[in-house]
Amino acid sequence: MRSHMKFAVPIVVAALALSACGTRGEDSNAGSTGGAKKTVKIGVIAPLSGDLSALGKGIQHSVELAVMQANQENAIPGWEIKVEPVDDEGKADVGKNGATKLAADDQVAGVVGNLNSSVSQQTQPVFAAANIVQISPANTGPSLTRGADGNTRPYKTFFRTCTTDITQGAFAAKFLLDQGIKSVATIHDKKTYGQGLVQYFTEAFKAGGGTIVAAETINPDESNYGPVVSKVAPAKPAAVYYGGEYPQAGPLSQQMKAAGLNVPLMGGDGIFDPTFIQLAGATSNGDLATSVGEPTDKSDAGKKFLADYEAAKFAEPAAAYGGYSYDAAKAIIEGLKVALKDASDVKNQRQAIIDAVGKVSFAGVTGQVAFDEFGDTKVKVISGYKVEDGKWAFVKSENLA
Amino acid sequence: MTELLQQLVNGLTLGSLYALIAVGYTVVYGIIQLINFAHGEIFMIGAFGALATWTLLFEGTTALWVLPIMLLGAVIASVTTAVLMERFAYRPLRGAPRLAPLITAIGISVALQEAIRLFYPGAKSKIPFPQIDVVTGPALTFGGVTVQRAAVFTVGALLMSAAFLWWFINRTRSGHGMQAVSEDPDTARLMGVNVDRIIVIAFAIGALLAAIAGLAQGLLNANIDFRMGFLAGLKAFTAAVLGGIGNIMGAVVGGLVLGVAEALAVGFIPGQFGGSAWKDVWAFVLLIVVLVFRPQGILGARVVDRA
Repeated sequence: MRSHMKFAVPIVVAALALSACGTRGEDSNAGSTGGAKKTVKIGVIAPLSGDLSALGKGIQHSVELAVMQANQENAIPGWEIKVEPVDDEGKADVGKNGATKLAADDQVAGVVGNLNSSVSQQTQPVFAAANIVQISPANTGPSLTRGADGNTRPYKTFFRTCTTDITQGAFAAKFLLDQGIKSVATIHDKKTYGQGLVQYFTEAFKAGGGTIVAAETINPDESNYGPVVSKVAPAKPAAVYYGGEYPQAGPLSQQMKAAGLNVPLMGGDGIFDPTFIQLAGATSNGDLATSVGEPTDKSDAGKKFLADYEAAKFAEPAAAYGGYSYDAAKAIIEGLKVALKDASDVKNQRQAIIDAVGKVSFAGVTGQVAFDEFGDTKVKVISGYKVEDGKWAFVKSENLA
Repeated sequence: MTELLQQLVNGLTLGSLYALIAVGYTVVYGIIQLINFAHGEIFMIGAFGALATWTLLFEGTTALWVLPIMLLGAVIASVTTAVLMERFAYRPLRGAPRLAPLITAIGISVALQEAIRLFYPGAKSKIPFPQIDVVTGPALTFGGVTVQRAAVFTVGALLMSAAFLWWFINRTRSGHGMQAVSEDPDTARLMGVNVDRIIVIAFAIGALLAAIAGLAQGLLNANIDFRMGFLAGLKAFTAAVLGGIGNIMGAVVGGLVLGVAEALAVGFIPGQFGGSAWKDVWAFVLLIVVLVFRPQGILGARVVDRA
């Protein structure tokens, strides 16, 4: 028995080694025969797992849809576009690692992402160093394109297809004042997005003659907001304005009303998601949200996008930023059409890609896609929504350009 | 005055949750001097056990009679996990240096969180928790002070659990066994106490109370998620130390004091250092102050220190 084993082991090892060689050889053959077209990648960096994955998956699939259509139309002759999704978990440090991974890939021509402004703050310098164009479909934090002083563009590689919190806060303030609501309590989650939103809302609301009767914060890792609600309630606000995202906003709305504070909770695009209503429960009727742009199904281009998305049978819905992600991917593809026309590789064309993306102008899902000198979109449309019978219902939209 | 009462109510509610979880830290520590950092996850699994029971058996029902069955589901999930954890992770390490089980506990904590995140459907983000009639719904009002129905349930659950614990420890053979093992495991063994069995019972009791807390938090906050055990566990551990680790009634008192301190810090510390942003800071300042003047905690650690 022992002597048999002596031979058996080397034979098995040799067989494994041979078979491994075999498969590797086949792979490289397959690669070269299918490689008549050169590959260019569009990265997606968004929360694909965790609390915000509903939004992140919508971003990923919308980019996939744009790329699929471009490949079918053979939009860039001689090139095959691929999507490279990376998960940032909605966290700055994970996002930075993901960005480094994308930046190290010579085939990456551009990136769509991130979802969170606080994550983009960390990924911006990484993509800027590699000279890769980055278009965010969802970052509404103003300083990302306008710097801390509001007038200096920090990174030439960063663009966005959505408008900023300055517009969103101003719209929300006007929306409440128009309804005769003059006293509001604000709560935010201490993140870049939430804090900024509350700040711009507060400025616009005070300028319009309203009063902020209480300003509080919550810890986003916690799930009981009872003490904060009790702190806010005695000030008798007519509404609560929340800066943050739906994983906290939903429970906050539920707990506010369970504790007897029966006034609407209003938030920005971060709470405009069906999950908010699911978490907030039946008492969320009357809660308000603003979101960038018009509802996707209000325009013909939007309807077509949603129909195509439906037809592609993705596992998750397009969610709040689907249209913006699709337009962001289209903007990169439009740029690639110009920059990659006679190019032999991606890496040396990155500056040309950035220049080309800065000049795009085409009719997208969310309006006429074009960027100003800061990299911000020229479309400044904001819409207001209200929860009615367990669904977000469109109230009105306005262009604040 | 109303505001003070209101924040006291909030604090007692939150404190009751801390207390229910803190008991689990303290009974285990009292007997084998192990800080079971995976206990927060036992609490989380209790909440998921209750939710799973509801989803599998009563999806859509909100009648009060499902509550005891949800509680049973929660208790089964928590106690099974805790007993298996003791048997396969901690028992082989008994007698090993104390750092080994501590690191194991942290490892189990991460493993349990990730297991729920990966394998429980929809657990990657917060999941809405069913709202049961009578124990949830419109808040009750007593002269301007609003009390959530789930808060009444939580505080009631703590009172009953504390009474049960007192009876169990002081009036049953197993309880006397626990006291004996806590004082001196070797002598207890010589006197015929089955030490292994007592340790399993300690883990099971901690898990039982954690399961109740898991259900209560689900009802209170209307949502649960796989990370809920981390912060709750940290706070409950703090409460156990505050009350005197190893002392069961100390854990209850520590939990309530910590909850009330947090709520009052939100409500009554004015200016820049007040409000919800600073409540954890004040809670831990309180912990440090108490430990400086009473290192054994409020009620005093009951553990006999061994060399």
